[in-house]
Amino acid sequence: MHPAPSVILFTSLSGLGFGLLFFLGLDMPAVSGWTAFAFFFVAYALAVGGLLASTFHLGNPQRAVKAFKQWRSSWLSREGVFAVLALLVMGLYAAALIFLDMRLPLVGMIGSALSVITVICTAMIYAQMKTIPRWSQPMTPVLYLLYMFAGGALMAAQIHLATVLLAILTVAQILHWLIGDKAFAKAGSTIGTATGLGILGQVRLLESPHSSTNYLLQEFAFEVGRKHALKLRVIATLCVGLLPVLMLLMTPAGHLVSLVALVLHMIGLFSARWLFFAEAEHVVGLYYDKHRG
Amino acid sequence: MTTLPASTDKKLGLVIDLDICVGCHACVISCKEWNTSNYGAPLSDMDAYGENPVGTFLNRVHTFEVKSAGCNAQTVHFPKSCLHCEDAPCVTVCPTGASYKRSEDGIVLVNESDCIGCGLCAWACPYGAREMDAAEGVMKKCTLCVDRIYNENIPEIDREPSCVRTCPAKARHFGDFADPDSNVSVMTRERGGMELMPELMTKPVNRYLPPRPKADISGEIDILAPLLTPVPENKGGFMGWLDKALEAI
Ligand code: SF4
Ligand code: SF4
Repeated sequence: MHPAPSVILFTSLSGLGFGLLFFLGLDMPAVSGWTAFAFFFVAYALAVGGLLASTFHLGNPQRAVKAFKQWRSSWLSREGVFAVLALLVMGLYAAALIFLDMRLPLVGMIGSALSVITVICTAMIYAQMKTIPRWSQPMTPVLYLLYMFAGGALMAAQIHLATVLLAILTVAQILHWLIGDKAFAKAGSTIGTATGLGILGQVRLLESPHSSTNYLLQEFAFEVGRKHALKLRVIATLCVGLLPVLMLLMTPAGHLVSLVALVLHMIGLFSARWLFFAEAEHVVGLYYDKHRG
Repeated sequence: MTTLPASTDKKLGLVIDLDICVGCHACVISCKEWNTSNYGAPLSDMDAYGENPVGTFLNRVHTFEVKSAGCNAQTVHFPKSCLHCEDAPCVTVCPTGASYKRSEDGIVLVNESDCIGCGLCAWACPYGAREMDAAEGVMKKCTLCVDRIYNENIPEIDREPSCVRTCPAKARHFGDFADPDSNVSVMTRERGGMELMPELMTKPVNRYLPPRPKADISGEIDILAPLLTPVPENKGGFMGWLDKALEAI
C-alpha cells in the first residue's frame, strides 16, 4: 500500500491523542486548573489534528460530514461518530475540571471508554480488509490499542504503567510483523486463483493492460526493499519500546527523561506506521504479477 | 444505505469467454467512450499526450501465459471489470452510502454526489475494479451500462453493456444469473464458469469461462520444420559458389 503521509500522521497522532484522553478521563494524573488545561490542550491538538490530517487524502473533503451516515455497516463511519462523541464528552469533562474545578468521574469514564472504542474503530478499518492479508489479523486491533495505551501512559506521566505497556507493545509489534510476513501465503490467494487459470498450470503476466501506471498501481503496488524494511524494523523496535523502557528504568524520573522517551517513542511509532502501510500487500497486485513469494 | 440487500430480484452480470477473447482491447475503448460521456463524471486522463499518460478506465485487459509440464504454453487474454459481487465488500466499507448494490438487479453503483473520495472501497475490492478519478476525486467503476440496458431511446439491439455490444469476437455475454435458463446461466453451467478468488467469499456474479483444452499438436510440429532448417554457413559446392557470387554483387 502507498504509505500516504496524511494517513500515517492521522493514525499515529490521533492514537496518541485518544490515549492521553483515556488516562485524563480516569484522573491519571489528577490534574486541575492550568495543568489540566495544558494536558487537555495537547490531547485535543493530537486527536483533532490527526482527524484533520485524515481529510487531506479525500478526493472531496467538502463532503466529509456525509461520512457519519453509515455507522451501521462501515468502520470508517463508526470511527467518525465515536471520535466526535469522545471529543464532546471529554470536552464536557475537561471544561468542568478546568473552569469549575469540578471532577465528574462518570463523564470521565464514559469519555475514556469512547476514546478506546474510537481507536478500535480505526484499527478495524484496516483489520477488516481481507484483500490485505497482513492487516487482516486479530493482532491489528491489539497493536493499535497497545500503541494508544502505551503512548497515552507515557504522555500522562504514568511512568510505571508506561514501562510495562511499552515492553508489551514491543513484543506485540514484533508478533504483528512475524504473523504478517506469513499472512499472504496463508490467505491462499495466488495469481492462479485471481485469474482462475491456476487449474491449467503455472500462470504469469505476459502483458500489462496498460503501458504506464494507473490508480491501482499507484495506490496498491508499493514495494519496499527487504533490506530497507529490515533496517526500519530495527529502528522501530528500538525506538518504540526498548530504548524508552531502558531510559525509564535506569534514570531517575523527571520531565526531561519522559520527554526524550516520548520523542524516541514517536520516532518508532512513525517508522512502524510507515511500515504498516508500505509492507502491506494488496491481492490486486496478483493481476500485475507483483507478488513475489 | 451501504448494507447489502439480502437478495436481489435479478443478478445481472457478464460471462467472459477466455477461450475466445483475442485481446484486441476493443471493449476497453468502447467502455471508456460510452462511460466518459454518460453516467456520472467523465473518465479523465492526466498528461494524455505527454510522457506519462495516466487515466481512469472501468475495464482493462491483462494478458497471461499459462504453462504446464509437457504442454505448450497458452496465451490467455483476460478482460477485468467489476464483477458485481453478491457480498460486495466495497459497499459495506463505504462511510457515506455513496456505494450501493441495487436490490432490483444487483448492479453495484456509486452515487458520485455523495462520494467523498476516501478510496476505502477500492481497498476492499480484491479485483481492482474501482479507480479514483484524478480530476473529480470520486470513485469510478463499471455500471454494467445501467444507462444503456434500460434505455428506451436507443435501438433494442444496443441495450446491453457497451463492451458486450462491441466485442468483435463475441467473447462477452450479458444476462441474468438469477434465471437458470438465461444465456449466461447456461454457458456457466456447460463450460464450468469460474469465480475469481472464491477464497475471499465476495460471491462475484460475473463468471469466466476457462480456455478449452488445446489439441495436442506435438507430433505434427515437425512436418515443415526440416524444410525450414537454416542453411549452414561456409558451405561448398554450387550453393557455396552461388552464395559468394551473390555476396559479391
Ligand atoms: S468486483 Fe470489486 S467493485 Fe465490483 S462488486 Fe466486487 S468488490 Fe465491489
Ligand atoms: S471513495 Fe466514495 S464510494 Fe468509495 S468508500 Fe469512499 S465515499 Fe464510498
